[in-house]
Amino acid sequence: MMDWIPQGLWFEVCLKVFFAFMMVGAVMTMAGYSVLAERKVSAWMQGRVGPNRTVLPFFEYIPIFGPLLKKLGIFQPLADGLKFLFKEEIVPGHVNKLYYYLAPLIALVPALTTMTVLPFGQIYWNDGTVSTLALADLEVGILFVFAVSSLGVYGIALAGWSSNSKYSFLGGIRSSAQMISYELAMGLSLLPVFLWVCAPGVTESGLSLSAIANSQAGGPWLFLVQPLSALIFLIALFAETNRLPFDMPESETDLVGGFHTEYGSFKFGIFFVAEYAHIVIGSAIFTVIFLGGWHFLPFMNDPWPSNWIGSLLGVGWFLAKTIFLIFFFIWIRWTLPRFRYDQVMHLGWSKLLPLALANLIVYLLIVTAIDQSTSANF
Amino acid sequence: MNAVDLLFWLFAVLSVGGGLAMIFSRHPVSAAMFMIVSLVGVAALFVLLESFFLAILQVLVYAGAVMVLFLFIIMLLDVGPEAGKKKLSHLKTGIFGLFASVVLVGVLLMLGNSYDTLVLDHIAWPPLSESDVSPSPILPFSTQVSAFGYGLMTKYMLPIQIAGFMLLAAMVGVIILSKKNPTREDAS
Repeated sequence: MMDWIPQGLWFEVCLKVFFAFMMVGAVMTMAGYSVLAERKVSAWMQGRVGPNRTVLPFFEYIPIFGPLLKKLGIFQPLADGLKFLFKEEIVPGHVNKLYYYLAPLIALVPALTTMTVLPFGQIYWNDGTVSTLALADLEVGILFVFAVSSLGVYGIALAGWSSNSKYSFLGGIRSSAQMISYELAMGLSLLPVFLWVCAPGVTESGLSLSAIANSQAGGPWLFLVQPLSALIFLIALFAETNRLPFDMPESETDLVGGFHTEYGSFKFGIFFVAEYAHIVIGSAIFTVIFLGGWHFLPFMNDPWPSNWIGSLLGVGWFLAKTIFLIFFFIWIRWTLPRFRYDQVMHLGWSKLLPLALANLIVYLLIVTAIDQSTSANF
Repeated sequence: MNAVDLLFWLFAVLSVGGGLAMIFSRHPVSAAMFMIVSLVGVAALFVLLESFFLAILQVLVYAGAVMVLFLFIIMLLDVGPEAGKKKLSHLKTGIFGLFASVVLVGVLLMLGNSYDTLVLDHIAWPPLSESDVSPSPILPFSTQVSAFGYGLMTKYMLPIQIAGFMLLAAMVGVIILSKKNPTREDAS
């Protein structure tokens, strides 16, 4: 009956689905705790204490540990999630129902799909071979990330449009304009990086994310080689994830809630989680490309052994870098004020884009010069 | 029928169905969304052909950038379902219909008339793997991105430059059209 799928394939498909669920679980947990981190960090920056009341039953009777967890607000994401689930679902009468329901899904799915190509470590087999830990280590990894994350704008644009409200609509329009503008600078900022990594003589590279992480093993991290590319990429990343100072689609001081003004309960929760999932994945991708991925420090070989302990430590190190970047996102949010909309457009089109182009041309010349000098030696 | 065939039919239905739904849907926003579905379906078909690079470019350029602009314009102009209701006269409808069906029949005839008599096939493009510019020992023809890049920068250099030039001309045209001419406005 099921013979149209080869025998071993069922097992493989089930295994992949299992891995996918694990990955989604990990990223969603990180997204949930990023929300907590945001609240805690903002509180500390403003001299408050932040969430410190939520606790599971009986946990506070555990000596020392229980009150500490309670004070850190470890259980807060759980309470927040449940709150979103149990709130009353209100659908305003003036919305376009189909797209109103569809928009949160369209926002969340691309945010979660980009994690398929995200490498997060490597595994050392007993026979000495090394393979990358990723759901699918595509040769065109970075393009896949760009392609899928560019679909995420539909969620916001449709949410803004289908809500049939002026504030939502302005948020949606701003978002699509901003995404298009900064995608250009983002793509251009990565071109010199790949030119550098795929330098003549390198056979195994392409556009894969694991190759770019491995190219930084024992050498300089790429943000040391290409600081300008890293800076442009980081700024564009802030704009693409709609984080302050670029949170034009939301800007609650002038647009109430921006694109999600008319959303409530769990549908708003999905937008919320999608935003933080974007931050987690964006931080991870910046780590892979510019901060050496799972490799130890610049100019140093990995100090850990080539076995399962080494794999675990590598993944842990990767997570540490990613979490630092998430903290950086939060830090910037509570430090800088929001740009005006025309300032965002001005920065994107007449500052970042020419800068990225100039950066590309300079590195093009440098790579060509290196290429010429090495090929003369042949 | 194996799994790949099943996937092929799934995505073929998705892309053709999306295209049809795009034509028949009343609302411009729905039409744009169906066009995205269709484009993503075509990208999935590219994946089934193991041409990942083309698939991703399809999503990146068409679904991700061009359609966002379409949607942006549709929303900005606030075109509703009423926009398409302007009646054409029967004569005009007839002429357009006749023209479209002539083109359709012509294309079908050309395709049906055994594939190798197609005009395009008479141009002698040798496959990249056999042509003398192919760097066969270093870079054999494959679906790798580098193979695409090498082909574009050697064999297809002229077409790519012509395409670039045409895009430049279009861009200059848009700038001239959209730029207000201050002297003329002052005169009027």
